[in-house]
Amino acid sequence: MVKPKIRVEDVSFSYADKAALRNVSLAVEANAITALFGPAGGGKTTLLRLINRLNDLVEQTRMSGRILLEDEDIYAPGTGVPGLRRRVGMVFALPLPLPGSVRENVVCGPSLAGVRDRARLEEIMLRSLTQAALWNEVKDRLDAPAKALSGGQQQRLCIARSLALEPEVLLLDEPTSGLDPISTGKVEDSLFELKREYTIVIVPHSVQQAARVSDYAAFLLMGDLIEYQPGTSIFTNPRDRRTEDYVTGRFG
Amino acid sequence: MNRYLVEKIGFVLLFLTALAVVVPILFVIFIIIVKGSSAISWEFLTAMPSHGMKAGGIYPAIFGTLILTLGTALAAIPVGVGGAIYLAEYARDSWLTRAIRLAIVNLAGIPSVVYGLFGLGLFVLFLQFGTSILAGSLTLAIMTLPVIISTAEEALRAVPTEFRTIIASLGGTRWQGISRVVLPQALPGIITGIILGLLRAAGETAPILFTVAVFFLPHLPESPLDPTMALPYHLYVISTQVPGMPANIQYGTALVLLALVLSMNLVATIIRSYFRRRRQW
Repeated sequence: MVKPKIRVEDVSFSYADKAALRNVSLAVEANAITALFGPAGGGKTTLLRLINRLNDLVEQTRMSGRILLEDEDIYAPGTGVPGLRRRVGMVFALPLPLPGSVRENVVCGPSLAGVRDRARLEEIMLRSLTQAALWNEVKDRLDAPAKALSGGQQQRLCIARSLALEPEVLLLDEPTSGLDPISTGKVEDSLFELKREYTIVIVPHSVQQAARVSDYAAFLLMGDLIEYQPGTSIFTNPRDRRTEDYVTGRFG
Repeated sequence: MNRYLVEKIGFVLLFLTALAVVVPILFVIFIIIVKGSSAISWEFLTAMPSHGMKAGGIYPAIFGTLILTLGTALAAIPVGVGGAIYLAEYARDSWLTRAIRLAIVNLAGIPSVVYGLFGLGLFVLFLQFGTSILAGSLTLAIMTLPVIISTAEEALRAVPTEFRTIIASLGGTRWQGISRVVLPQALPGIITGIILGLLRAAGETAPILFTVAVFFLPHLPESPLDPTMALPYHLYVISTQVPGMPANIQYGTALVLLALVLSMNLVATIIRSYFRRRRQW
């Protein structure tokens, strides 16, 4: 068995007014899709945002436990947070292109990191857009405003924007929640391609999607990790009663 | 009462209130133009005053007002925008930031003559800048700061938080997020605040009364430590202190001040709409 890419060890987290996660531990395997699913308010997004320290931006939070990325504690003092975020990319629920053209959006990350060489940026753009299954649709409008793309294209653009940094891990927070079924299919298809090179953690927008895409799945309920199993078995043969109730649609 | 009738009465009342705002302004502009345009000539705009202000031009006052406005801009824009960026982007909510915000709101309500006295005490006397362009510009800048800071902070806060989060998630620093995305998005709003602040400064008399303005100077100021004539003060003096002043010179001076302020407004509005068009959002 290969060593896990990310290990979440006994993590508890709370915002100013409420606890979000309680003693959560799980190991995320490399080159696989791990889904964090469960009803709203379960702590899925919080856990996702802890893996690239985006919750640092939120005031008055408390955290305990450790998160290891390849054996390094990412919350250890002295960790370069921008560097960590380049290794662990994030795609948000609402596709939100930055102001500017398609091209500017894709190469935003590398250019923030100081890459200036035009040929290199072009190469990055081509690779990222291809990986996000968007190249054919936008290759003639690279200088058009990113906002002019359709919703589905914008979301794949946001995926390309994250891929441009060649992260080791890609975090996706309900990446298809605002999309039509066809766009959703395209995004899901690109995930299967991407997992060959990347480790993917996704908060799916439905149990069905969790079942479709995941290799491993974790069921989170009210801040507790109820069950964590390979994807096929958690949906067909859940061990916990609460998981079973949720995946069979009895609540949630 | 019939609701359509209420609708009609409401509409008429609202229209009248709008009219009540516009009519006096048009009236003032109309009177100033009618009574003042006869004074306007190339000489009036470009010559030194002569015969105890009763003849010649008002060039030094125009020059002085332009210089003072420039000085105010140089001092107030960096400090104001910097302060707004700090408050909107960096400062955490604490008693200190709340105190700063309270101070800004209160500063905006202070009468301008109090700024004048403050400038006299701090810049002219204590820091020994004397009655000078430096002292006057800084006094006007302090008066302008609350407007610039509060509108700029407002404009920065109106930029969606998500942009900052996205830049952070792409490995950008907080400053990269501000300088690349947030500031360009907020720029039209920030410029609006700057325009409002500077226009007020350009037309003020009280803050420059004790800090920079002189009634007559035989030559143009040569350094920031020289005093200068300025249009609002000049207007005040020739309207109240000089007996037998020809009315068309008084109105002509008012017309020049008005035209100057409005044209600065126009230039700033053009700049703002340029940035608004460039913003692809």
